[in-house]
Amino acid sequence: MAVKYIRVNGKMISARAGETILDAAKDANIHIPRLCHLEGVSDVAACRLCLVELETDRGSRLVPACATPVEEGMTVNTHNEKINEYRRMIIELLFAEGNHVCAVCVVNGNCELQDLAIEVGMDHSRFEYRFPVREVDLTHQIFGKDQGRCIFCTRCVRVCDEIEGAHVWDVAGRGHNLQIVSGLKQPWGNVDACTKCGKCVESCPTGSLFFKGSAVSEMQRDSGKLEFLVQARDKHEWTR
Amino acid sequence: MSENKGKTIVIDPVTRIEGHAKISIFLDENNEVSDARFHVVEFRGFEKFCEGRPMYEMAGITSRICGICPVSHLLASAKTGDKILAVQPPPVAVKLRRMMNLAQITQSHALSFFHLSSPDWLLGWDSDPATRNVFGLMAADPDLARTGIRLRQFGQQILEVLGARKIHSAWAVPGGVRSPLTIEGRDWIKSRLPESKEAINLALKLFKGLLLKLSREIETFGQFPSLFMGLVGENGEWEHYDGHIRFVDSNGKIIADNLKEDNYRDYIGEAVEPWTYLKFPYYKPLGYPDGIYRVGPLARLNICSSMGSPAADRELREFRYLAGGVATSSFFYHYARLIEILAAIEHIEAMIDEPELITGETRAIAGINQLEGIGVSEAPRGTLFHHYQVDKDGLIKKVNLIVATGNNNLAMNKTVAQIAKSYIKGPEIPEGLLNRVEAGIRCYDPCLSCSTHAAGQMPLQLQLFAPDGTLLDEKRR
Repeated sequence: MAVKYIRVNGKMISARAGETILDAAKDANIHIPRLCHLEGVSDVAACRLCLVELETDRGSRLVPACATPVEEGMTVNTHNEKINEYRRMIIELLFAEGNHVCAVCVVNGNCELQDLAIEVGMDHSRFEYRFPVREVDLTHQIFGKDQGRCIFCTRCVRVCDEIEGAHVWDVAGRGHNLQIVSGLKQPWGNVDACTKCGKCVESCPTGSLFFKGSAVSEMQRDSGKLEFLVQARDKHEWTR
Repeated sequence: MSENKGKTIVIDPVTRIEGHAKISIFLDENNEVSDARFHVVEFRGFEKFCEGRPMYEMAGITSRICGICPVSHLLASAKTGDKILAVQPPPVAVKLRRMMNLAQITQSHALSFFHLSSPDWLLGWDSDPATRNVFGLMAADPDLARTGIRLRQFGQQILEVLGARKIHSAWAVPGGVRSPLTIEGRDWIKSRLPESKEAINLALKLFKGLLLKLSREIETFGQFPSLFMGLVGENGEWEHYDGHIRFVDSNGKIIADNLKEDNYRDYIGEAVEPWTYLKFPYYKPLGYPDGIYRVGPLARLNICSSMGSPAADRELREFRYLAGGVATSSFFYHYARLIEILAAIEHIEAMIDEPELITGETRAIAGINQLEGIGVSEAPRGTLFHHYQVDKDGLIKKVNLIVATGNNNLAMNKTVAQIAKSYIKGPEIPEGLLNRVEAGIRCYDPCLSCSTHAAGQMPLQLQLFAPDGTLLDEKRR
């Protein structure tokens, strides 16, 4: 496989042809924040947190690292004042858009959104909270869904479709009416296609999908499980 | 002033309590006190915004009602959850929950006694308000202040040992608790028991020595007949977590016993008044407002047959002797708090070496088996009810909380009126009145954050109003 050389934050790194900036940076131990990206499933560049600055002859522009393949001689900045500000704004908008009350959330202390809020230095939101009325679905035998905590990363949609092959989840509606629905908008517990595998729950970066019966701060996720499953599928490595 | 037919004194806000409140004192044409009202001016709406949440989250959500007694809500909510799951938590879980409640009683009572109330009688009712607080106490008697602070720390640290954090732990869950006691935690608790017992005995000796000097306060700070309500054990002994509900009158006569929380609506009514957000619970058979009852440490000591531990039982006997039987003055709340701290420490000592607290099963797992549950426990300030209705999946449909401070609402209003009538004799506002009226409220250690299901701190404001609403005079601290 051809090797490409790119410059990230002034440091020359190598990458495989076809690899994204995000993957190349990860291999070089360069951290780029992200929320919708999940190892083993396709990228949709929905959250825009992995925006990096690409320097070109015509000036710099922002591109999502998860969906931009490396090209020979690329110059990329993963962190600067402008990018940091954009990331913080994105996190603030996510908090303002949904109902994210960490203090009483099942994943408090174990939440990717919360971790990123800390990472980007969010101490308040400059945007007014919307407090949307969004329902909780507890119809499933073992899992629950709180639409108020959803950030529409669509990890659950992709994991269920691309790894489990059940395609329980979809995105419905537009704008502020956007929602993640199961079984073409059926209560989750009524969806026969659900295999109860729990991959969607393991993939959720917030407390939107949770194990039923979880109390505040109690949810723990097996963050390596999905990566292991993908590895098992692709490389036939059945143990971890 | 003489032209006015009457006026109103408003103390707003009331200080050294937990929450926001103001007091209005109404004067008649002769400048005699005609009435007094204790207004709770904060509103939170927990009962409403919990609707639609999973029942399993309720313990964590309702513990956020208060930063002083989150454990009380945590336990009452977990017990309500037990009912909805229709499970009996493992015995170890029950013991650990009991230990947490004992620690909560210790830390909350120590806060009330040392930090909030003791400056009044140790530094003087009329001393400078700027130093009439725990910092003034530290300057005047650093050893005593340190004793109080460390006693509270003892309780707080146990909460952390058990629930991983001092406030707002979500350790108790429907069906039990999340984790057992650790060996390190047990050893720490044991190491601090002797010092804590010594501290509470010192406080008891000090307070009993002050009682003679405080005879006027005893006579005027809520000295009236009322019912007393609380939990008692199977044999009538002091209880804080389980047991059954008992009502006792001012003569010590049991007027209702073996009541279960499940039908609390049969014997507790809730009245509302347009001038306060705090509801007025009353004993239904006697109607409103005749069904006035008191809860909390004073009530618990008045209704129980014994404290269930040797030193606390000796103190209970002396308490009853000094109070002349049933203690009907709310000033004795302070005294009762100290005895409860002693009992709590003794009860913790009695259970701390049980090995299963470290090794036993702590949680029963179940689904939704009942659509309604009512849980009760004794918060430091009194009896606390949580009542939930859920759908078949466990989503909350309705919540009703009857909180300790609410139970004492009628009594607090009566206490304010009694103090005002005792100290206001004419058109002038006596120096020190403000503090005494506030101190009358402080006897109950009210937690308004809980009772209206908010937190804050308050300066003091007093306003005089004519009957037509005209502001006649105003004083601010």
